[in-house]
Amino acid sequence: MSKVRVLVGTKKGAFVLESDAKRDNWNISGPHFAGWEMYHVKGSPVDPNRIYASQTSGWFGQLVQRSSDGGKTWEPVGNKFAYDGVPGTHMWYDGTPHPWEFKRVWHLEPSLTDPDTVYAGVEDAALFRSTDGGQNWSELAGLRNHGTGSKWQPGAGGMGLHTILLDPLDPRRIFIAISAAGAFRTDDAGASWRPINRGLRSQYIPDPDAEVGHCVHRIAMHGSRPDVLFMQKHWDVMRTDDAGESWREVSGNLPTDFGFVIDVHAHEPETVYVVPIKSDSEHFPPDGKLRVYRSKTGGNEWEPLTKGLPQSDCYVNVLRDAMAVDSLDSCGVYFGTTGGQVYASPDAGDSWAPIVRDLPAVLSVEVQTLQ
Amino acid sequence: MIRVLLPQHLRTLAKVTGELQIEVESQATQRSVLDAIEARYPMLRGTMRDQATQERRPFVRFFACEEDLSYGSPDALLPEAVAQGTELFLVVGAIAGG
Repeated sequence: MSKVRVLVGTKKGAFVLESDAKRDNWNISGPHFAGWEMYHVKGSPVDPNRIYASQTSGWFGQLVQRSSDGGKTWEPVGNKFAYDGVPGTHMWYDGTPHPWEFKRVWHLEPSLTDPDTVYAGVEDAALFRSTDGGQNWSELAGLRNHGTGSKWQPGAGGMGLHTILLDPLDPRRIFIAISAAGAFRTDDAGASWRPINRGLRSQYIPDPDAEVGHCVHRIAMHGSRPDVLFMQKHWDVMRTDDAGESWREVSGNLPTDFGFVIDVHAHEPETVYVVPIKSDSEHFPPDGKLRVYRSKTGGNEWEPLTKGLPQSDCYVNVLRDAMAVDSLDSCGVYFGTTGGQVYASPDAGDSWAPIVRDLPAVLSVEVQTLQ
Repeated sequence: MIRVLLPQHLRTLAKVTGELQIEVESQATQRSVLDAIEARYPMLRGTMRDQATQERRPFVRFFACEEDLSYGSPDALLPEAVAQGTELFLVVGAIAGG
C-alpha cells in the first residue's frame, strides 16, 4: 500500500511525518538534529531511503547529513564547499563589491537518476554537485562566472541559490534561481549558464527589466512539461512556456501577488498553487486569513482554498521551500508555516488539516510518495 | 593528554559524552589540538574553524585557565596546565541568538 513521507526542515531541527495513503493519521518523528537550523531535507527520487539534509548553525557552520534508511538514522557527509578558483566579488547591499563568502546550503536537489548525485544551492549564491553521496562537493563555476555574477546582490535574507530544477526530459538542462539575481539555465549539464529573466519587471531595481537583479522567490515545474515554468517572484506570479526565454505575468485575480511558495499539481500540469502574502514589509497573509490559491488554468484565474485553514487572526508566513505535493492518485498538497504548522490536503487543496501545529518555524517541506 | 570539553551541539554531532581526551603529537597549541580533534572526529571539521582558511568561526571561543585564548595565535603554546591535562581546553559557543 502506498505511503507518504513528509520531510520537514525547521529552525530548530528536522521532522519526519509519515502516513498511509489516507493521509489522516500521522506518525511523527523528530526532532532530528535538535537545535540546528534544517534549511532543507529532500529524498532521492530513485532511492527514497536516501535522504539528504542541510544542517546549519550560526555558531558551528554547515553540515550535510545523509540517511540511507528513510530518515531513521543519519550520518554526516562532506561539508567543504570551496568556491572554484579565486571567487571574486558580487555586489553588496550598498552597491560596493563584496567578496564571495560561503554561508550555508539553502537547497539540496538529488539527481533524478542517481542516488549518489546531489546538487546544493548555497549562499553566497553558487551551485555545487556531489557525485559520491555528498562526501565531496565541486562547484559548477560556470554559473557564477558566466558574466553577470559581479552584479548579483543579496536579497534581505541573503544571496541564496534556492531553486534547482532538473529537467526530466533533458539531463543536460538545469534551471536555478537566486535571490536577488534571478533565474538562470544551463543546457550543457552545468558547464555554461545564461540568465533567463526576459519579461520580468521589478520596480525595486533601477532598471525594472534588467537582465539580472530580480528577486525570484521560487520556480516550479511539472515533470511532464519542463519547458513550462511557474515563478513566484518577490512581487508577481509569472509563467514561461519556452523554458525561460520569455515570461509573462499570470497573477490575475490574486489578492496580492507577493509570496514565496509556488507548486504544481502532480497530475495536472495547469493546476498551480501559491500562498499570497500581504507585502514585502508585512510577511503574513492578507486580512489574517491563511488562504492557498489554486489556478486550474495555468494562472490568471485563481480560487481561494480555505476549508480547514485559519480564516482569522493568522499572521504566519510560508517560506519559499515550504510547499510540496505528493503523487498519489488524489494529489496531496502540503505546506509549512513560520508558526510551526504543517498543513496537508489529501484532495488537491479542497480541504486542509494540520498534521502538526507546534513545530519550530518551518523552513522547508518535501514529500516522498512511497509504494 | 589534553582534556577538551566541547559545547553540547558538537558533543552530539561527534557522538561523545563528557570531555574528550586528546593526544597531540607535537606541542600543545590551538592548532595541534584542533587538528587532533578533527582527525579523530572528522564530522567536526568546519564546525570550530573554517576548513579553507583555518580561521576560528566567529561565534566559537577557546577558553582555558580562566583566560580567553581565542585571539591568540593558533600556534602559541597552550598553558602548561592544559598541556599536562590538569585544566580543560574549553570550546565554547557564544551566548548569542535564539
